[in-house]
Amino acid sequence: MTLEVDGKAAFAYTANHPVEAGKRTVLFVHGAGLDHSWFGLQSRYFGYHGWNVLAVDMPGHGRSAGPALTSVPAMADWITRLMDAAKVQKASIVGHSMGTLIAVDLAARQSARVERIALIATAYPMKVSDAFLDAAKRNSYDAFDMSTIWSHAPRVPLGANPNPGMWMYGDTQARLERLASGVLYADLKACNDFSFSGQVKCPALFILGKRDVMTPPRASQSLQEQIPGARSVVIDFSGHSLMAEAPDATLDALIEFLK
Amino acid sequence: MPIYQTTSYVFRDTEHAASLFNMERAGHVYSRISNPTVAVLEERMAALEGGVGAIATASGQAALHLAIATLMDAGSHIVASGSLYGGSHNLLAYTLKRFGIETTFVSPRVPENFRKAIRPNTRLLFGETLGNPGLDVLDVPAVSAIAHEAKLPLLVDATFTTPYLMKPFALGADLLYHSATKFLGGHGVAIAGVLVDSGRFDWEASGKFATLTAPYAGFHDMDFEEESGTRAFLLRARREGLRDFGACMAPMTAFQILQGVETLHLRMPRHVDSTRKIVAFLSRHSAVERVIYPELPGHPDYELAKKLLPLGCGAVFSFEIKGGRGAGKAFIESLRIFSHLANVGDAKSLVIHPATTTHYRMSDADLRKAGITAGTVRLSIGLEDPQDLIDDLDRALAISQK
Repeated sequence: MTLEVDGKAAFAYTANHPVEAGKRTVLFVHGAGLDHSWFGLQSRYFGYHGWNVLAVDMPGHGRSAGPALTSVPAMADWITRLMDAAKVQKASIVGHSMGTLIAVDLAARQSARVERIALIATAYPMKVSDAFLDAAKRNSYDAFDMSTIWSHAPRVPLGANPNPGMWMYGDTQARLERLASGVLYADLKACNDFSFSGQVKCPALFILGKRDVMTPPRASQSLQEQIPGARSVVIDFSGHSLMAEAPDATLDALIEFLK
Repeated sequence: MPIYQTTSYVFRDTEHAASLFNMERAGHVYSRISNPTVAVLEERMAALEGGVGAIATASGQAALHLAIATLMDAGSHIVASGSLYGGSHNLLAYTLKRFGIETTFVSPRVPENFRKAIRPNTRLLFGETLGNPGLDVLDVPAVSAIAHEAKLPLLVDATFTTPYLMKPFALGADLLYHSATKFLGGHGVAIAGVLVDSGRFDWEASGKFATLTAPYAGFHDMDFEEESGTRAFLLRARREGLRDFGACMAPMTAFQILQGVETLHLRMPRHVDSTRKIVAFLSRHSAVERVIYPELPGHPDYELAKKLLPLGCGAVFSFEIKGGRGAGKAFIESLRIFSHLANVGDAKSLVIHPATTTHYRMSDADLRKAGITAGTVRLSIGLEDPQDLIDDLDRALAISQK
């Protein structure tokens, strides 16, 4: 559904169900340069299993009007205003990559709005290499290539996509090519600059890919240690794009955590 | 690559089954919709073409039909090149017309012809990367620009070029398909097609494609673009087109085409090198009226071919034999190495007389438009020793002129 946030169109996929009071809500936040469709299978599952689903397109991504926001706290604040627009008081937040930082910041600063957080492929600090940032700043296609290659396990280009007939590299590149100039840079810089000093008190699950070269599991260690009681699931064969590379294992982890 | 010679896949439990049917989990349900062996071919073809994904089909014709049926309803209109494989021409000119989809055919040599034929109900521009049989080189950058200005996609049949000779998506095409029966398979053992989506066309922004951007009652009111963004076209094509029309690829066929694709980069240079030698031989031969190959300076697309097809213009071409129909008949029947049959893109060299076979349903006027005369002979150059082929042609040409 298309909501209005800050006077602009803000899209959230609801898995073809209306958002209803009385149902628990799970809110999905995508990674840099991506959109709600990256959670396609997982968000659809929850929508058809009794949950309100809000799989958002951050400003400047997918169907939400730009410009892109430039800091993680601004993104987290935008999420709370989107929840207001959808009349959702509290939600569990499932973030991927950049979306994990938004989830953490939201949970720390808006604890009353957050039930649980699931962090899929995360790192803290989420430092982005100078080469990647520079290419994104120049709107060079090199940035799309870096994003695509580092977002998948090394075996991915050899095939065997769990989603029959789809090629993950091509899909990622096609998505990135639709971005307006500067959006990927804004996202990457926001990740790179994010500094977290708060406290997350809600239950947290880390879902990590053992073959993740963008945010290797070890890079999330300090964040796990900062969140009391945080649990983690490491999926052996997956890279950074766990929702696509390991859709069932990712969904199973989410179901177990959110039920 | 294992051959999953199976129709269906055991579910873990009822919940798993329901989730697969409702697209909440990834996997296979029934081999008409998807199959692990077929999926490997689809993914590799998408990778070779630089697309988001692909759907393998029962034939190239099935791929063309799947593309059209996914994009439009009765009352829609297509602007197509007039230089098409006869089977594609039949589908567009006669069969789809019965179902309310009309096609205007234009000469592909002037890209502006496509623009002039666009109507409010046009939903697709379509051509072959190398036209059949005159080898018109489709100006993919120019035609795709015209398509995009009109918020329409360009579909190309890339059978004659394969991803080795041309990457249509890099030139602006939005969708492409192959008769994988031809060079992709390469061995003449399996009928097959594959439809690839670049994922670059913005269906939502176009506003002309309700099949992809409006709720579909046939799948829980799914709005395919909203659901899957860059994957919308392939999702509908698979979830409706394969499900309902059912023109899927068999797993054994996928395995056979995969064997061919593995050597495509080795076979295509050989096909092209031999073709160049034979084109040069025929161009000098006294029994030959003219040779139609875009690398010859006299071909209307000579300059365009240099730009779009620097690695070669494929291995299928036509020439006109002196003496018309009778000479053509004598020539074909005198060949020993060339197989006389209705196919192209095989490891073995092939020959056919288009006016009486592949294009026999076309009127004389349409034949002329497609550049075919009674003396036109089409060759598909295989992987044999090119000198053996030249010797065979030389002997048959001599007999044809007696």
